Formats: sequence, structure tokens, C-alpha cells
Amino acid sequence: MSIDSDVDHDTVPPANKGLLAVAGVLLALPMIALLWVSSYSRKDPVLWGFPFFIWYQFLWVFLCSALTYTAYRLVLRARPHRPMTDGRTGTQREGHTR
Amino acid sequence: MNTMVPAATGTGGVNGVALTVLILLFALVTGMGFWATRWRRADSMESLDEWGLGGRRFGTWVTWFLLGGDLYTAYTFVAVPAAMFALGAVSGFFAVPYTIVLYPIIFIFMARLWSVSHRHGYVTPADFVKGRYGSRGLSLAVSITGILATMPYIALQLVGIQAVLEVAGVGGSNALAKDLPLFIAFALLAAYTYSSGLRAPAVIAFVKDALIYLVIIVAVIYLPSKVGGWDHVFSAAEGKMAKPNPVTSKPTGAFIPNSQQYWAYATLAFGSALALFMYPHSITATLSSSSRNTIRRNASILPAYSFVLGLLALLGWVAIAAGTKPIGLDGKPNAQLVIPQLFEDMFPSWFAGVAFAAVAIGALVPAAIMSIAAANTFTRNIYRDFIKPDATHAQEAKIGKLVSLLVKAFALVFVLTLDKQNAINFQLLGGIWILQTFPAIVFGLYTRWFHRWALLVGWAIGMVYGTVTAYNVINPATKGHFGGSLDMIPTIGKMGYIGMTAFVINLVIAAVLSFVFNAMKVDAGHDETIKGDYFADAGDPRVEKNLGMDAHLTTGTP
Repeated sequence: MSIDSDVDHDTVPPANKGLLAVAGVLLALPMIALLWVSSYSRKDPVLWGFPFFIWYQFLWVFLCSALTYTAYRLVLRARPHRPMTDGRTGTQREGHTR
Repeated sequence: MNTMVPAATGTGGVNGVALTVLILLFALVTGMGFWATRWRRADSMESLDEWGLGGRRFGTWVTWFLLGGDLYTAYTFVAVPAAMFALGAVSGFFAVPYTIVLYPIIFIFMARLWSVSHRHGYVTPADFVKGRYGSRGLSLAVSITGILATMPYIALQLVGIQAVLEVAGVGGSNALAKDLPLFIAFALLAAYTYSSGLRAPAVIAFVKDALIYLVIIVAVIYLPSKVGGWDHVFSAAEGKMAKPNPVTSKPTGAFIPNSQQYWAYATLAFGSALALFMYPHSITATLSSSSRNTIRRNASILPAYSFVLGLLALLGWVAIAAGTKPIGLDGKPNAQLVIPQLFEDMFPSWFAGVAFAAVAIGALVPAAIMSIAAANTFTRNIYRDFIKPDATHAQEAKIGKLVSLLVKAFALVFVLTLDKQNAINFQLLGGIWILQTFPAIVFGLYTRWFHRWALLVGWAIGMVYGTVTAYNVINPATKGHFGGSLDMIPTIGKMGYIGMTAFVINLVIAAVLSFVFNAMKVDAGHDETIKGDYFADAGDPRVEKNLGMDAHLTTGTP
């Protein structure tokens, strides 16, 4: 019996919790920033004719993109894929609830 | 391009050149779709894949291009700019934060949904709910909500096609001719999906998207400079929004949200973002991507669309600066016509025709996808599970076609009975309903702590609260029901998106009742998934490489 088939697949694959937490923060930042409307609902400073309210949200398009991409790299590192093995695992296993 | 354009010519009359170009382009693209369908009949089964994030045959960038074409619908071209034009930033510009926070949100849970769906062959959200909670009742609730919520979303697309036809001069002022553009839009959509299902839209994707991008680029670069630059656009918008509305004597709208409107802006954006990927058509498309991480990689480049969406939204304010008068063929002002009217006023007739065709096709294709996804949900999760479990493929395909027609007919009813002056409200109304399936689907991806009956009761109360509250919103101008999607948030005392309030109520009830039911050891149902399923990836055992709707359902032929 190989080591692989000893893995209980009814568990969460191991992960670097610290890295996952950092990724979570990166993903939360755009949400917090944009839902905190009072932090940007003003006209000044105007940039190239655009009120702050408008260009600040446009700026977050790019920040969000960068943060999400960083989170993507982190998540790949944090939880390497654990290949699944079939046989006794999965829905075939008897008496499996919850 | 500088030899052109008499300013504001008024809506009246048929714009012959624009209408001809519109009809020609439309016929060309659609005809091409049908022709290509025949030509590629052999591998037509894969059509749904091409709609997905990162379909196998396309690289990231091509996929990105295709997906963008799906994202720009009548919502972006017609409804959002119209809301900006008529009511200002709170009613329209929230679409920008909505489409930004959308991607971190789907980044978080979509990979899990991809894994478990591919391990167990789930295609709809209702499939997952049935497998996870062992509850046919909850699965039924999720399917019904998906079908119901899709209807106003399709209605929005119909309004978009109607707006283009009306500005091009189709229709008239008498009672019968008034709704003619709408019925043409409906007939087109019905014919389009009934004959070929998803195949034609998938085949014409490239041409359609090229057309849409061309119009977007020309519009956002050329139009603002034509009306005197962004400075002038913003000052004209600020001026209009500050003027008192003759009916309510409050300001017309918001140039920048004031302190009373923060909650409205934030809840509209967040609620819409949570809602979008609960719709049957978005989930099916996302599940057709090639691996669990494709979605996450795409999530980091998709926000670029939000930038263009923001510029399109601002076209509503460009129209204010341009003095666009969106007057319908019945002689009454109709904000939904503002973007087609702006195009007609500012572009040479032939390019206005191109722009009309882009908007019309850009509304037709998503409407087709939505109605087919809703019909598939009915066939898989209601017809097969509850009505006729032993149905043949031919029977299922027939039912699918009929239901897809029925869904569109109900969408038409939405347009005819509700106030179409504020079409963005259709999408928000759909959002109120579809958001109520979020706890069962998304929380279910992480935990089985929530009890199936608790989720069902929470869903029911959220649905009733949302519907009743939305019904009681009266439009000050027309006195009609369903006049908006904002209402006082209980305990906070500020206006907010009804969908979010209903969602929180739903969530609290589901949590409290789960606690009670779990303590009482009420049967929690059989869960056919294991923890590892939520992390499976392409190449693992039993992970379907190509998860799509059953071919006989999507292609419209048995």
C-alpha cells in the first residue's frame, strides 16, 4: 500500500495558515476600501478634470487587480495540491454522513 | 470624422441610414451564427465551454476578450448610463465598486465550488445544494429562485433592445405601435434561442465582441472631447443633479453621495456583487473553466472591465453635457433612450447604426444565455427531480425549449407591468431574490453547521421580506409599485439596498434556527461530499474534465 492511499480525504489538505491569512487580508482590502464610502465621497482633489470620487474608484480597479493577483500567487504556495486517490474514499464509503 | 453631425436632431422619425446599417449588421452576424452552427455541427456539444472562464481551447487573453463581451450587456450600455443621466451617482455609479469587489469575492469561494462540482458532476447551484444537504426541498427553493430572478434580468436586456429600436425610429405613438419595438425584441430573442439554443451565440462571440469593443473605444474617447472635455461633463452633471426635481422638490440626484447615501451606495455595490455569481447562467459558465485555479487567475485580470464600465457609466453624464433629449416615440421623456439617442446625435448615421447593432446584439446574446440557463435549471432540478424522473432526452429537450420560451414571456410581463424608466431596477430586483440563495450555496461550501431546514426558513422569510418591501417602494412620479430597490434599513435608519437587508435577516434566522435544530438533533440530511472534494483539481480521480450542461439541453436539439 502506497503512502498516498493512507491519506484520509475527508480532511482539509494541509496549508500554510499564515500565508492564507495574508491572502485573505489582501482580498479584504478592496472590499473595505470601497464599502467605506465616506472615505472618498468628495470632489477634491480633482485630477485631469475627474472628481476624487470618480478617479479614486478607478484607481481601485488597478489596486484590486494587483492585490488579487498577489493573493493568487500566495494561495498557490500556501496550499499545494494534494492529489486525490480513489477507492475507499468519496461517496462510496459506507456510513458516511456529515 | 470631423465633417459630421448636426447637434441634437430630436428623436422623431426614422433614421434611415442608421436603421439600415443596424438591420444589415444584425442579419449578417445572426445569419453567420446559424451558418457556422450548421458547419460545425459535429463538435457542437462543446459550445458551452466557449462561454466559460478559460475554456480549454483558448488561452487566458482570448478568454478574457470573450468574457468581456458577455459582461457588456444592456446593463452596462443602457441601464447604468441611464441611471447616471437621470438620478446620478448613487443609482448608477455603484456599478463600479460592485464590479470591483465582485472579483475578490468570487476568488474566495468559486474554487471550492469548482472542485466539488467537478467531483460530483454538479452543473447548477441546485445540484450542489441537493448533494450537500440531501434536501430536495432546499434544492427546489434554489432552482425556483434562480429561474424567478433571471426573469427581470432578461427584462433588462429586452428594454435595451427596445431602446435601440425606438431611437432608430421603429414604432409609433399610438397604443399598438408604442410597444412594437419591445415585441420585436421579444420575437427576435425567442426565434434566436428556440431554433439553435446556445450554439449560435457561442459561434458569433468573436464578431459580437469586436463590434462591442469598437463602439466602446470610439464612444469613450471621441464623445467626451466632442462635448467640451471631462471638466465640462462633470460641471454639467453637478449642475443637473443639484436642481430640484419638479415632483418631489428634492435634488434631482446625487453628483457625489452625501452622508445620508453612504449606506445605499455601499449596500447596492456589495449586494449586487454577492448576487451576480448566484445566477444559474454565471455559475454554469464559471464551472466550465479548465481547472480550479483558472477562476482565481482570471479574477485578477477581470477588474479591467470595471474601468471601461465606469467610463460607459460616465457617458450618462456626457449626455447631460451634450444636452441629449431622450424623448420616446410617444412624446414622453424616457431616460433609457439616452445612450442610443446620444449616439444618434453625435455619430455619423452609419456609425450610429453600428453602435445600435452592437448594443442590440450585446443584449440579445446574454438574454439568450440567461433564458437557456434558467430553462436548464428547470429541466434538471424540477422536471427531472419532481415531475418525470424517467423522462427521455427528447422529452427533456422539448421541455427545456418550452420553459426557455416561458421564461422570456414572463420577462416580457416584467417589462410591460413594471416601470421601465428605471431599468437598472430590474437587475436589482432579481438581485433581491437571488441573494437569498447565497447562504445555502456559499456557506455550504465551507460548513455543514447550517441546518437544511433553517436555511429553507431563512430563505423563505428573506424572499417574502424582500418582495413585500420592494413592492411597497412607490415611484414618486408614476405612483407605481416596485419603484426602486432602496428602503430604510431597520435599526440603522438609513436607506439601503433591500436585497442586503433581506439577506441579513435570512442569515440571522438561518443561524438561530440552525442552533436550535442542531441542539434538538433534527435530521440534518445525508451529505454526499467529503472535505477533500472541495480541494480537488483537474487530473484527480472522478474530476470531470468537461463539465457542461447535458448536450441535448444546451444545443436545443435532442
